[in-house]
Amino acid sequence: MTYRLGVDVGGTFTDVLLVEEDTGTSYRAKTASTPQDQSIGVCSGIQKVCADAGIELSDVAQVLHGTTVATNAILQGRGARVGLVTTEGFRQVLQIARSYVPGGLAGWIIWPKPEPLAKLEHTVEVPGRIAADGSVVTPLDEDRTRANLRTLADAGIEALTISLINSYANDEHERRVAEIAAEELPGIPVSLSSHVLPEMREYERTVTTVANSYVQPEVSRYVRNLDNSLCENGISAPLSILRSDGGLTEASKAAEDPVALLLSGPAGGVTGAVWFAEQAGFPDFLTFDMGGTSTDVALVLDGKPRVGRETAVGDLTVRATSVDVRTVGAGGGSISHVPELTKALRVGPQSAGAAPGPAAYGTGGTEPTVTDANVVLGYLPSELAGGEISLDVDASRTAVATIADAMGLPSVEAAAAGIVDIVNENMFGALRLVSVQQGFDPRDFALVSFGGAGPLHANALGRLTGSWPVIVPPSPGVLCAYGDATTCARDESARTLVRAFSATTDDELRGVIGELADSAAERLATEGVPRDQQNARYQVDLRYHGQGFEIPVELDPETLDGGDLLAALGAAFDAEHKRLFSFLLDNEREVINFRVTVSGPRPDVAWQRLDEGTDDPSQALTRDTEVWMDGAYIKAAIYDRDKLLAGNVVTGPAIVVEMDSTTLVLPDHAATVHTSGSLLIRPLEG
Amino acid sequence: MAEILQTNTEPVAKVDVDPVTLDIIENALRNARYEMDEVLFRTALSPGIREQHDEFPLIANPSGKMVVGQFGLSVPDFLDNFAGTVGEGDILLTSDPYACGAAISHANDWLLVVPIYHSGRVVGWSSMFGHMSDVGGKTPCSMPSDSRTIYEEGVVIPPFKLYDGGEVNTAALDIILNQVRMPDWNRADLNGLVAACTTAARRVTELCDRFGVEVYLSALDALLERNYQAMKVLLATLFTDGETLEFSDYICDDGCGYGPYELKIKLTRHGEKVHLDFSEAAPQAVGPVNYFINENLVRMFFGIYVITVADPQILWNDGFYPLIDVTIPEDSFWKPRYPAALNARNHGIGRVFDLFGGLLGQTNPEILNAAGFSSSPHFMYSGHYDSGPREGEWFQLYSIGFGGVPGRPMGDGPDGHSLWPSFVNIPCEYLESYYPLRIDRWETIPDSGGAGLHRGGNGVDVAYHFEQPGTIAIHDDRWLTYPWGVNGGKPGARGRKWIKRASGEVDVLPSKCHDVPVGLGDVLHFVTWGGGGWGDPLARDPELVALEVRRGLLTVEGVREGYGVVYTANNEVDAEATEQLRARLRADRDELTVFDMGPPIEDILARCEAETGLAAPKPPVDIRRVVPS
Repeated sequence: MTYRLGVDVGGTFTDVLLVEEDTGTSYRAKTASTPQDQSIGVCSGIQKVCADAGIELSDVAQVLHGTTVATNAILQGRGARVGLVTTEGFRQVLQIARSYVPGGLAGWIIWPKPEPLAKLEHTVEVPGRIAADGSVVTPLDEDRTRANLRTLADAGIEALTISLINSYANDEHERRVAEIAAEELPGIPVSLSSHVLPEMREYERTVTTVANSYVQPEVSRYVRNLDNSLCENGISAPLSILRSDGGLTEASKAAEDPVALLLSGPAGGVTGAVWFAEQAGFPDFLTFDMGGTSTDVALVLDGKPRVGRETAVGDLTVRATSVDVRTVGAGGGSISHVPELTKALRVGPQSAGAAPGPAAYGTGGTEPTVTDANVVLGYLPSELAGGEISLDVDASRTAVATIADAMGLPSVEAAAAGIVDIVNENMFGALRLVSVQQGFDPRDFALVSFGGAGPLHANALGRLTGSWPVIVPPSPGVLCAYGDATTCARDESARTLVRAFSATTDDELRGVIGELADSAAERLATEGVPRDQQNARYQVDLRYHGQGFEIPVELDPETLDGGDLLAALGAAFDAEHKRLFSFLLDNEREVINFRVTVSGPRPDVAWQRLDEGTDDPSQALTRDTEVWMDGAYIKAAIYDRDKLLAGNVVTGPAIVVEMDSTTLVLPDHAATVHTSGSLLIRPLEG
Repeated sequence: MAEILQTNTEPVAKVDVDPVTLDIIENALRNARYEMDEVLFRTALSPGIREQHDEFPLIANPSGKMVVGQFGLSVPDFLDNFAGTVGEGDILLTSDPYACGAAISHANDWLLVVPIYHSGRVVGWSSMFGHMSDVGGKTPCSMPSDSRTIYEEGVVIPPFKLYDGGEVNTAALDIILNQVRMPDWNRADLNGLVAACTTAARRVTELCDRFGVEVYLSALDALLERNYQAMKVLLATLFTDGETLEFSDYICDDGCGYGPYELKIKLTRHGEKVHLDFSEAAPQAVGPVNYFINENLVRMFFGIYVITVADPQILWNDGFYPLIDVTIPEDSFWKPRYPAALNARNHGIGRVFDLFGGLLGQTNPEILNAAGFSSSPHFMYSGHYDSGPREGEWFQLYSIGFGGVPGRPMGDGPDGHSLWPSFVNIPCEYLESYYPLRIDRWETIPDSGGAGLHRGGNGVDVAYHFEQPGTIAIHDDRWLTYPWGVNGGKPGARGRKWIKRASGEVDVLPSKCHDVPVGLGDVLHFVTWGGGGWGDPLARDPELVALEVRRGLLTVEGVREGYGVVYTANNEVDAEATEQLRARLRADRDELTVFDMGPPIEDILARCEAETGLAAPKPPVDIRRVVPS
C-alpha cells in the first residue's frame, strides 16, 4: 500500500489529506493552524489522519505541500533585509518603479506608494556596463564592487540581489559580483537576476529577484523546520512543495527559488479542481474559489490550467510563472455598505475577515456581510453540519436591516438578496476576465466551485456565465490538499532572445530550446524523475516587431523535432492574436522569450467511487426549510451530502450540507450526484 | 448634420430599474471601459499608446451623453460637422480638433466614433482616441516646437467613414497613411482603436440582450441622474453661494519666444450651479502650446477633483454637467482661432490639474496638493543608421518623461512618477535593444522636490548617450516658473536640458526645440522638475530627513537650507544645532501663506538668463499682429 499525503495550511485551518494510491481511498483531517510554528499543526494533522486510516507514519511515501509562507512574508512585511546591487546610474530602479501610479485621473492624490522590498539605503552600484547585445562596454571595476559590498555587510543585510543592466544578454558581470559577494558577505544567500528571471526589462527583473531574496530566508527556514519536524515525528517521506504553476518541486529547491511559490496556495485549488473535473469528464472549465475575504478564479483548458507570467501579491507584481489566477476582494466576509452620496449598494472590498467575522458568527461582528445575507435568506441553515458553528440569525437580520434602511428597501430579505446579487456580479466580473476577455466563451466551459463559500454561490454564477454543469467536488473546503496530493513534479527553464523572424533560423531556435530543455530535464532528474518519464512543454513568447506585449504560444514536440518551426510559431501567434484582438497585421513577427517546462508523470492515484443509488435522494434528506427566492419564501429541502449516492438527483430549491461547505441548488435546477462524488448542477429542461 | 439610420424607430419605454440591477449595469459598463484600454494597449505599436497609454475611451447613451469614460466628446457636435448618413457597421474617424468641438486637442489624436445598434436602433456610442506617435508634418513625431499653424503639424483628417457598413475605406486610409513616417504604427494603432470600440459595442448589446433595451436605457438615465444628484449635494457643501474663488498659473513659453502665458480660472457658485470662468485667460499663443479645450472636458476635470474624494467607486458620467456652466472666450489660449497651431498642448492639459487643484483646494484642504508634475514632457530622437548591420534604416523614438509628484495631504509625493493614469516609462533595456543609444544614468535628483512636511517628489535625470547621428526634439515646460508649494511647503526645482557633446562642450537646450543635431558620443541630460512641497518643512521629523539623506534623495547641504537640519562633521544629525537653527528660521520668516509660487514673475524674468542660460521670453502678443491672416 502506498500513501500520498497532501497538506494545505490556511489562515485558520490546516487540512491534511491521506490518499491510498491504489484504491483512491482518502482520509481527511482538519486541525487548527499554528501560525507561530506551522509544523506543529501539520504534524498533529498528519498523526490524526494516519490514526484514522490505521497506518503507521512510516507508511507515508510522500508529503506534498501547498504553502502560503512566501505569500504571507510579503503581505505581512516579514521578509528579509535585502541588499541590492545595481549598475552604476540605476540605483533608484525600484524607487522609480517605472513611474507607474495606479488608479484613474487624480488617482495619485490618494495613492500610498509602497516601500520597495530592498531599501534604497541598502542599494549599492557597481561600475561596469554590458550592452544590449551582450558585449562589454565597460569592464567591471572589482575594487569598487568590493568596497561597495562591504558597506552592505555593515548594514546587516540578510539576503542579496544582484541585478545589472542587460544581464539577460550576458550574465558575466553578475556572476563575478556574486563571487566577490561570497567573499565579502559570507553566508548571505544571493539571488542573481540572470538566474531568477533572465528576461529583458530591468525593473521587472529586479523586483522579481528582490522578491526572491526577500522571502528566501523565511521560506528556507520554514521548509527546513517542517522537514525536521516530520523526521522527528517519524515521517521519513520526502517533502515536496507546490509551485505557483501547479507543479511540485523538492523542498530544498523550493527554498532556492521561492519567488516561484507565491501562488502555491491558489494553485493547489486549481490542480485539485483538475483532479475532480477530469473524473466527471469535463476537461474545459472555469474555477471559482470563494473564501472569507476574496475569490480566486482561473481557466482550465483541456485539463491544463492557463498559466500566466505575472504573479500579484498585495501591492507587489512580479514576473514569475503561475497559474493565471485572478482575485477579487469578494468573499463571505465582504462587508456591504451604502455611500451616503450616491445611495448605491457596494459590497467589499472591505472584509470582516475571521475577526470580527460576520454578525452571524457572534464573534463581535456587527456589519452586514455576504454570509449574513445568506443567513437571512435561509441559504445557510442555522446549525452548520457537525454543529461546530451555530449561526445567530437575529444578528444577521439586524446587520442587513441597516442596508434595507439606507436604500429604502421594503424588507430585510430584499436587501439580503441585493447583497448576494451584487457580490455574484463582482465574481462574474472576475470570471469574465479569464474567459470573455481572453477570447473564450464561458458557455463552452463547466464551472468548478470550491472554497468554503463557493458552492453557495456556484449555481447563481453558472446562471450568469452560462457555464454548465456547475461542478461541486467532494470536500470543496479541502480541495487544495487534493491538488497537492495528485499533481506532478515540475521544473522550468527560461530565457530572453529577441530575434525578428527574418534574423533567425529554425536551427538557432532549436538550439536555444534544446539547451533550455536539457537544463530543466537535468534538474528534474536530480529530483528523482528519470528523463524517460519526463514530459516537456515548450512555450515561446512572440509579438509583432514594436509591440509592447508578448503573446505566449505553445510549440508541439513534433514540430520541434522536425517541422517547420518558424512557420508553426507564426501560425500559432496569428491564431492567438486574432482570437484575442480580432485582427492581424502585416508587420514582421519576432520571438522574445523561450520557456521549457518539464513535468514528471501524474501520480497514479485511483478514483474513488460512491455506491450506486437511484435518482431518488430521499435517504439523505434531513428536513425541510424555507428560503427566500425571487421575492418570496418557498419551501426547500436540506440534504446531508455524506448520505448521497451516485445517481441521486437533488432538485432545487435545495441545500446540500457537509462538514466544511454548503451547496445551494436554485429552483429550476437539479444536482446530479456523479459516481466520483461531485455534484453536477444543471438547469432543468424546458 | 448627419442623418442616423434606424430600421426600428419604435420608442423605448422608460421603466423603473431596481437599485441592484442599476449597480450591476454600472459595474458592467466600468468593466467594458477597462476592456477597451486593455485591447488597445496590448496591440498598439506606436510608443505613445503602447508604453505611455496616451488614449482615452468613452461609452455614451443614444443621445451622446457619456455614461462611462474620460474625455469630453459631444456626439451631437461631432455629427453636426458630418454630412451624410450614419448606419450599422459604420465607424467614423477624425483627427481635426476644429471639426469635433475640441473632443481631441491636436492632430496627433485620432478619434473614432462608433454607433452601437441593437435590434435596428441606436442604443449608444462607443468612442476612443489615441495619440499617434507620428502623423507626418515637418518634424518626426509631428510636434514642431515652433509651428504657427496646424498645417505644419501633419495630416489633419476631417470626419469621414473609415468603415461604411462594415467595409473599410482603403482608398482614404491609404491616402492618410501615405502622409506619415511610420505607417505600420498608425495602422496597428488604428486597428486597436477599432477593436476596442467594437468590443465595447459588443458588451453594450450583450447588456441589452440580458436586461432588455428598456431596462438598459432606463438604467443609463438613472446613472446620469445619480451623478447629477450627487454633484448637487457636493456643490452645496463645498462652495459658498455667491463667493468667487480664483487661481492662476503659467505656461512658461510657447516655443516661438513668447511667454509666460498666465492662465486664470474663476469659480462662483450661483444657487445650485457653479460657474467656471476662463475669461481672463491669456491670449491665443503664437506657437503650438494652445490648449483647445472642450467645455465638457472642463466639467469632467472639475468633477474628478470633487467626486474622487467623496465616492471613489462612482462611475464617471455626463450626468452632472448641467450643474456646471463654463465660459471660455474665443481667440484665447483655450479656444484659439483656426488654423492656430495645437501640437504642444500637453503642457496645458497638465497645468489644468494644477489650476483646479489650486482653485478647489482653497476651500477643500483634503484635495489641496502642491503643484505637481503637470505635463508629459516629450523626448524624440530619429535618424538613419549610418553604419552597422542596419545601415540606412530609419529609427524614430518617441517617449515621455516623468518627474516629481507633489506633496499631498496624505504624504510625500513619489519621486520620478507620473501624474497621468497608467503611464509607464520605457525600460532602459527596451530602449537599448531597439534604438542606437545607451542610458548612462536614470535617477532622481536629490533636493529637487520642494521641501515640506510632506516632501515634493524629486525630478528625474535621464542621460541619453547617442550611438548614431540624428536629430532630437524636446517638449517640456516649468523651466521658468516654479512648481509651487502649499501650506508652507516650498516650490520644487525647475526642469533643465543640456547636451554634453563628445567634444566636451555643453549646449543648454530650450525646453521646446526640434531638429537639434546630435552625434556619436553626445549625451543629453533630460532633467524634469520636482513636485512642490506640502506643509511646513521645519516640522518634518529630522530622523526622516536623515534617512532620506542616507538614501541619496536629499543632501546634507540641501536639508540645512530646506529643512533646517544640521549635520556634524561626522555626518550625523546634530539635534541641538538643528533645534536652534529651526527656531531661528521660524522666528525670521514671514507668516506661512497657502501658496508659495516662488519669486515674483518680474524677478524670475529678470534673472532668467543668468539662472537658466536661456533668454527670457517676450510678453505674449495679439496673434493677429504676428501672423498675417
